[in-house]
Amino acid sequence: MQDRVAVATPLGVRLRALTLSYGGAALIREVDLDLAPGRITCLLGPSGIGKSTLLKAIAGLLTPDAGRIEGDDGRPLAGRVAWMGQDAGLLPWSDALGNVTLGSRLRGEPPDRERAQALLRLVGLAEAAAMLPAKLSGGMRQRVALARTLYEDKPVVLMDEPFAALDALTRHRLQAEAARLLAGRAVLLVTHDPAEALRLGHAVVVMRGAPAEFSQQLTPPGDPPRDPTEPAMAALQRRLLAELGAEVTA
Amino acid sequence: MIRLARPLAIALGLLAIWELVVRATGVPHFILPAPTRIAAAFAARGDLLFEHAVTTLVEILLGFVVGGGLGTLLALTLAASATARRWLLPLVIASQAVPVFAIAPLLVLWLGYGLTSKIAMAALVIFFPVAIALHDGLKRTEPGWIDLAQTMTAGRRGGAARILFRIRLPAALPALGSGLRVAAGVAPIGAVIGEWVGSSAGLGYLMLHANARLQVDLMFAALLVLAVMATLLYLAVDRLVRRLVPWAPDASTDLLSTETG
Repeated sequence: MQDRVAVATPLGVRLRALTLSYGGAALIREVDLDLAPGRITCLLGPSGIGKSTLLKAIAGLLTPDAGRIEGDDGRPLAGRVAWMGQDAGLLPWSDALGNVTLGSRLRGEPPDRERAQALLRLVGLAEAAAMLPAKLSGGMRQRVALARTLYEDKPVVLMDEPFAALDALTRHRLQAEAARLLAGRAVLLVTHDPAEALRLGHAVVVMRGAPAEFSQQLTPPGDPPRDPTEPAMAALQRRLLAELGAEVTA
Repeated sequence: MIRLARPLAIALGLLAIWELVVRATGVPHFILPAPTRIAAAFAARGDLLFEHAVTTLVEILLGFVVGGGLGTLLALTLAASATARRWLLPLVIASQAVPVFAIAPLLVLWLGYGLTSKIAMAALVIFFPVAIALHDGLKRTEPGWIDLAQTMTAGRRGGAARILFRIRLPAALPALGSGLRVAAGVAPIGAVIGEWVGSSAGLGYLMLHANARLQVDLMFAALLVLAVMATLLYLAVDRLVRRLVPWAPDASTDLLSTETG
């Protein structure tokens, strides 16, 4: 297997007039959003604004109060979405390989151990296939989760702050690997870190207000993973911080 | 062997104090027999004790298997079906308001003097802690795992059942283990109550009759056998649970190896 992972037919995502509420309060009201096929869209916003709820709605884990969520082919997304959260969510009784192939076992299909092994090699964990999660570091666990996400081989990938719990160096490395390995899929990556959004996003959308609204999509130049310390990126980062409502000096 | 030394020293020390108190105060043997007298009763009536102990052990073990099995089955049913939860859960909880002592005579009346009524009694006291512990464990699956699993099985038939058996049940095994440990503790109570209410064999029966004939030394000997059996059952269950969930952080109490320092 080469550097890139086989990609199913690319698929975009359409949200139309979507209304979501949590505990009786509207989080978002009648908003539209498009995720371009094969592109990483970063959704940036402060904690508690409803980013995770939106992600769960797209994953089909909760039903929106109103509006539509569908693929850009007009059909529902069920079964065409892979999910990766902040916590790796590995089953502690299953080894790394078993966790990567979890989806197969839950669908009653025979697990493709060879492909799982190849994906583990791709995320740098060839030696760890038989190890239990308790024996892995935080970064290794998140790599297993990334391999599991790729094993699902879905055209749409939803990521909920997948690198937030990692140390800076591990985060930097994993961001680059994820950007490379997820190429060709429509990725919606939720984050509260403008630098991460600029590093990974083909497009960046800011979510703010209550009920929340989406900003214009910002499309930084060049392909991810970018270097957020470049002068051009630093300027964009200031702009994003300002959009998030921070008082920007300097 | 060293880890056995401390409990052994404690036991021998207590026995020595007991012996001294009995000899010093001259309390009659039918009120409190000295350890040496109990040991003599052991030697003289060993085969009788053994015979009754086997009966009680069979009752406890079968009660444990039946009660544990039914408890597990009930918890899985409750986890799989919301309808079952609505109808059965209140019933299960209300059933615990009836003291086991009160139903014991009924069980003997219905199931007879033999093994069956004692197994039913033991199963009855074991069933509840097992069912409730596993039910709680099944409810408390890491929400992130369920979200992930539901995304993976979206639109597939049989997904919920596979999530139950491949994620929720293994995740609840430590909770089931706690329930089984509690059950191992109460199982002998169920069997002995059953024997007290009506039986012709078993340690409970032997103790009742020894007591009536002021053979208090024999009663103590039977009690000791019962205590040893209960402890061994607990240790066996504890060992089994640890083997079942090697990945879980160890929360059990080890009787023999607590802090060496």
